Amino acid sequence: MANKDSVRYTVLFATAVCVVCALLVSVAAVTLAPTQEAKARQYMQKNVLLAAGLVTPDSQASDAEQRKLFESRISVRLVDFAAGTLVPADRLDAATYDQRRARNDPATSRAAPSNRAGIARLPTYGVVYFVKPEGGTGPAEQVVLAIEGLAMWGTVYGFIALAPDGNTVQGLAFYEQKETPGLGGEIGNPKWQALWRGRKGYDEQWQPKLAVIKGPAGPPQSDPHRIDGMSGATITSNAITRLVQFWLSDDGYGRWLKNFRKGGAS
Amino acid sequence: MSKAWFGKHERQALLAPIVQNNPIAVQVLGICSALAVTTRMDKALVMGLGVILVTALANFAVSLVRNHTPGSIRMIVQLSIIASLVIVVDQILRATLYELSLELSVYVGLIITNCIVMGRAEGYAMNNPPWTSLLDGVGNGLGYAILLLLVAFARELLGSGKLFGMQVLPLVQEGGWYQPNGLMLLAPSALFIVALLIWLLRTLKPEMQEED
Repeated sequence: MANKDSVRYTVLFATAVCVVCALLVSVAAVTLAPTQEAKARQYMQKNVLLAAGLVTPDSQASDAEQRKLFESRISVRLVDFAAGTLVPADRLDAATYDQRRARNDPATSRAAPSNRAGIARLPTYGVVYFVKPEGGTGPAEQVVLAIEGLAMWGTVYGFIALAPDGNTVQGLAFYEQKETPGLGGEIGNPKWQALWRGRKGYDEQWQPKLAVIKGPAGPPQSDPHRIDGMSGATITSNAITRLVQFWLSDDGYGRWLKNFRKGGAS
Repeated sequence: MSKAWFGKHERQALLAPIVQNNPIAVQVLGICSALAVTTRMDKALVMGLGVILVTALANFAVSLVRNHTPGSIRMIVQLSIIASLVIVVDQILRATLYELSLELSVYVGLIITNCIVMGRAEGYAMNNPPWTSLLDGVGNGLGYAILLLLVAFARELLGSGKLFGMQVLPLVQEGGWYQPNGLMLLAPSALFIVALLIWLLRTLKPEMQEED
């Protein structure tokens, strides 16, 4: 064997180690990708159900039960943000629509209008989940909207559920966030999320008004537009305010919600 | 390599790190992740399994190539092997325990820098044959996992009245009698518990105490 400490041998050895390691990692990543995607989709469905209050955070429902619940109670549609209308179900399959991918594809997105929620690109269509009453007939009980925005350490992704008045919050869930555990990370705490229930998204002029404040807020009946802030997490709290207001505004789901309230778009 | 597959030497490699030479309690390595993942037992278990897998396979692989590794790049070779294994473990976790992986991913990534893995690769696997290195890796991983589980047991039980997510002590908020200790859910409590465990271990085994 060549001298172990020669430059030639060292370079060759390093290359061999790199190739073997790279192979190992890429084989693992490629073979596991489909399972990971399925798990991620399932997790997203669970969070839609969580936001809508159809499952509780400590539910022990199996994957299959959860899928069944999702299929029987939720119908997925797409909203054209600019037009404020639903996209006909035969034009685009909402169930396989990936809003995050669409947002990154220039063909299905545009530069977002200037906003304070840290959103750079806006997809043409956004997902809306209609929560059907048990049995499946009758008008939707709730609508669940996908929301996202830049917070302290990264983009947070979540869902907000609204009553048929398109205004009263029914629930909230964040399924991906990197906020500081114990501080901003409390946005993932079901107890904090429960504070949102019953609050109103808009003021009397239908301007988005819901905000996370510093300190405690009153009960929803007397203090409908404010939510308790999280101590030590002002940046995250403000970010949540901005992103919720963005998605309720006319740049987000606002136009469609206006139509939905009138009963014209359900 | 000794003739027996599982002789005295091999047994020593596997068992010594569990109590006698525990990586956390005796060598005081890998404390950082012990603070982060011990609020719940399920997290600690998964993290422990991950570390066992990584230390064992990393030791094995490092030992396999130990006679061919140029001295000048041996550290970075060890690190490449460890890093690749950690990524594989993380990918597997994402494909199996997705929700847990969302919380654990960042700490799983930190296994790369866990002093136990690197320390065993450099301190043991570079000078020993693959089989005993593998056992040494399993032993050290086990020592780490067991200590993690002990800490998590105390923290989850006292902090939220649960074990593996199952309510054991009924909480006052839910009409029970147990007032949870919030400190247990914060990182410093792990330091207290690790210190108590070290104290206990040294009381039971006085030969571990240094002379003042």
